Amino acid sequence: MNIAVILFTLGRVIAIESAFMVLPGIVSLIYKESNWWTYFAVALVGMLAGLLVSFKKPKNMQFFAKEGFASVGLAWFLISLTGALPPFLSREIPNYIDAVFEMSSGFTTTGATILTDVEAMSHATLFWRSFSHWIGGMGIVVFLLAVMPMVGGVNMHLLRAESPGPVVGKLVPKMKDSSQILYFIYIVLTLIQIISLKLMGMSFFEAVCTSCATAGTGGFGIYNSSIADFSTLIKWNVTIFMILYGVNFNVYFLILARKFKSIFKIEEVRTYFIVIAVAIGIITVNIFKMYDSFGNALTDAAFQVASIITTTGFATTDFNLWPSLSKTVLILIMICGACAGSTGGGLKVSRVLIVIKAVRQEINSFIHPRSVKAVGMDDRTVDKAVVKSVCVYFILFALIYFGSVFIVSIDKYDMVTNFTAVLATMNNIGPGLEAVGPTGNFAGFNYLSKIVFIFDMLAGRLELYPILLLFIPPMWKKH
Amino acid sequence: MKIIIVGCGKIGLSIIRQLVIEKHDITVIDKSQEVINDVTNNYDVMGIVGNGASYSVQKDADVDKTDLLIAVTGSDEINLLCCLFAKKAGNCNTIARVRDPLYSKEIQYIKDELGLSMIINPEYASAVEISRLLRFPSADKIDTFAKGRVELLNLVITEESPFVDKTLIEVSKRVLSDILICTVERGDDIFIPNGAFILRAGDKITIVASAVNSREFFTKVGYDTHQVKDTMIIGGGRMTYYLAEILIKMGIRVKIVEVDREKCEDLSETLPKATIINGDATNQEILIEEGIKGCDSFVSLTGIDETNIFLSLFAKTKTEGKVITKIDRISFDDIISTFSLGSLIYPDKIAADYIVSYVRAMQNSIGSNVETLIKLNGGRVEALEFKIHKGSPIIGIPLMQLSLKRDILIGCINHRGTIIIPKGQSVIEEGDTVIVVTTKSGLSDIKDILE
Repeated sequence: MNIAVILFTLGRVIAIESAFMVLPGIVSLIYKESNWWTYFAVALVGMLAGLLVSFKKPKNMQFFAKEGFASVGLAWFLISLTGALPPFLSREIPNYIDAVFEMSSGFTTTGATILTDVEAMSHATLFWRSFSHWIGGMGIVVFLLAVMPMVGGVNMHLLRAESPGPVVGKLVPKMKDSSQILYFIYIVLTLIQIISLKLMGMSFFEAVCTSCATAGTGGFGIYNSSIADFSTLIKWNVTIFMILYGVNFNVYFLILARKFKSIFKIEEVRTYFIVIAVAIGIITVNIFKMYDSFGNALTDAAFQVASIITTTGFATTDFNLWPSLSKTVLILIMICGACAGSTGGGLKVSRVLIVIKAVRQEINSFIHPRSVKAVGMDDRTVDKAVVKSVCVYFILFALIYFGSVFIVSIDKYDMVTNFTAVLATMNNIGPGLEAVGPTGNFAGFNYLSKIVFIFDMLAGRLELYPILLLFIPPMWKKH
Repeated sequence: MKIIIVGCGKIGLSIIRQLVIEKHDITVIDKSQEVINDVTNNYDVMGIVGNGASYSVQKDADVDKTDLLIAVTGSDEINLLCCLFAKKAGNCNTIARVRDPLYSKEIQYIKDELGLSMIINPEYASAVEISRLLRFPSADKIDTFAKGRVELLNLVITEESPFVDKTLIEVSKRVLSDILICTVERGDDIFIPNGAFILRAGDKITIVASAVNSREFFTKVGYDTHQVKDTMIIGGGRMTYYLAEILIKMGIRVKIVEVDREKCEDLSETLPKATIINGDATNQEILIEEGIKGCDSFVSLTGIDETNIFLSLFAKTKTEGKVITKIDRISFDDIISTFSLGSLIYPDKIAADYIVSYVRAMQNSIGSNVETLIKLNGGRVEALEFKIHKGSPIIGIPLMQLSLKRDILIGCINHRGTIIIPKGQSVIEEGDTVIVVTTKSGLSDIKDILE
């Protein structure tokens, strides 16, 4: 393990996070709030510390996959720990573990909260929570690569550790260009949403916070009722943007490159839209009786489905009250998640597809023992190593999931709460069912459970390995 | 520039390594997923798995927006096909590796008819390099600039050399030849020396001079400057064939030792003037019987690196003549260079250097001005030939008044065919070509040498 080069990367990440932290500071100056100094102080200290550590390039730039995983895993822990400082120092969130929970929920774009009254927060903190979704959605290391690319293999190892999906590739040959294109698409989409929300009647502050939280598929609301009290038009706006952010960003790149034909070849995106349509259909029919009009039922069903499958976690209604068929559909799409290469979380549609195809092939091999058939996707054969790693990923996911449920069950809540709370944090969704449903929150859990949730959120966002490997001693042996 | 590289073997990797440093947009196509994983993990390039000669794969790689396609797979035919398609689909420049001697006779025809920009034959290029060394055996390595008018020669300062413990100013007073010592390699360090630099025994120096002056210099300092009279080549592969053909034309007697009977018979047909010995060269007695002791030079060109190394080590103990060793695997070059194996030839490196210098020359038309690029001292030093265009900031200023960056030296000025070794008062004019020696990598314009 090359510690020097990891510290170097971490220093740069912290410096960038601190630079971002200036924004909520400015927000609090605008609203003349008393907690402005916390943001500026942490930003200043973080910037100095970060630049100090990364001032000199280490001599030994040897960088392998494990350095990539370790850098990214540590970086995410670190940004959560430092991001939690301002609200903690200003006593808005008096307990540090709670503050870390809140911020890692922000950066991992989970949107689970320990706040019982969101509206009591200062504007600066509300903005910082939503903005952390935006930073975490595309990834802070990808941002780092866009502004300060590193040499050779470093790039790829970092990207692979942070980006979601079974196969991580670049859009164009150079990493710097690739990350810049991603962020360009991301920023443009965010701006379009901010403007459209503003036109639909939101205040500028509401529009910015909602857009940031949608962009990262995070789901922190700025009101206790989340999006429920806004107009139907705004609900549909958010629904559509959530679905857009859950699409593999390659699609937008292909649109930019005017390769429209290739878009329809992407099986994952096709499946994603089919799943959304089917889920909306089932739920609308199922909840129709509870609503006065078909339109309202469809609006709520579509919003909830989009919010859950993209792992955003906004809500317009308390789906705890829905019939169990609808709740089950929601849990199924909770597990599935959005597309790989999007800002959404979950297991990813492409993984589910690969596993289903692998299972079908395995069953087929009982009927035709001598048949030879490769698993294919998008008219291409999926590498056997990828199929294997996807299957292992499912198993590992299940292991961590049940382990976490076990520890959380020590706490006082019922089974459904525990199972969905872990699922909601690991897949970066936010709300689960029962006590952690859309109207509930995570405040009542004890600190052990909260630490488990923090771990699950980070592990889920970074797709398990970067976080898991940090706890494996041989990782830290010298080369 | 946007470049597609098809085939990611040894040559492919060497090219990628260099072109990535020079910040090109590179897409690599290879059939093997594993190879692609490896290369994308280690270099900032995009990888595509597939057959590079297929139109759809080339389209995936955006061939229509590409400036250059380099086909260096193991198969000549696939390489040519790749280039043919790329030319039609993307109208880009194309480079193919073609190594079969059968095609090599028709290379000009193929190149013209298929519209290729360049055909590289690593074996032939290496053979040319070896023949240059045999023509001038005192140098370890010879590179040429300005269409052969300027030479860069490597040699080692021996204990007996009159230059030991002398400064460069004293050396130049002593030899009175128009030459310039441009790099000194001592242990792990490389220096671009100034006049006060003191030479020590064991230093590896590079000198730049016109072809005539370099001979004069070598005679003055007591080295032999005659070409070798005879040579013994071990191994009867393609490179041997090319080399023997060149050497026989130069009037050098060639003896080839090859273990395979059929190959020997083939060679005897294609090279009637050479002496072909059918025998196992790893048998010392055969080498001694065939007169290794009396040989002027010894070249080991078998297909196995280890055998070549042993043969050359053995030859070094038996003969005073020039020993040349071919090594295919580049990865251990730092260790191999510590053995006394005489001159080392890395065919893939040579081919990669040719291609990289072509890429640089191509960039010429899009802003860069490098005519030729040669790598010295294991790639740590570059010698570049720049063409001076109108309006360049260095025209008309005496060199002593230019503020050059550190570790940059102007080695030679080619003024309309006259080779000038620059002095402080020398002036560069429009239309000259200038050779710059530097330890920095990635210079692309003569402006880059200024502070």
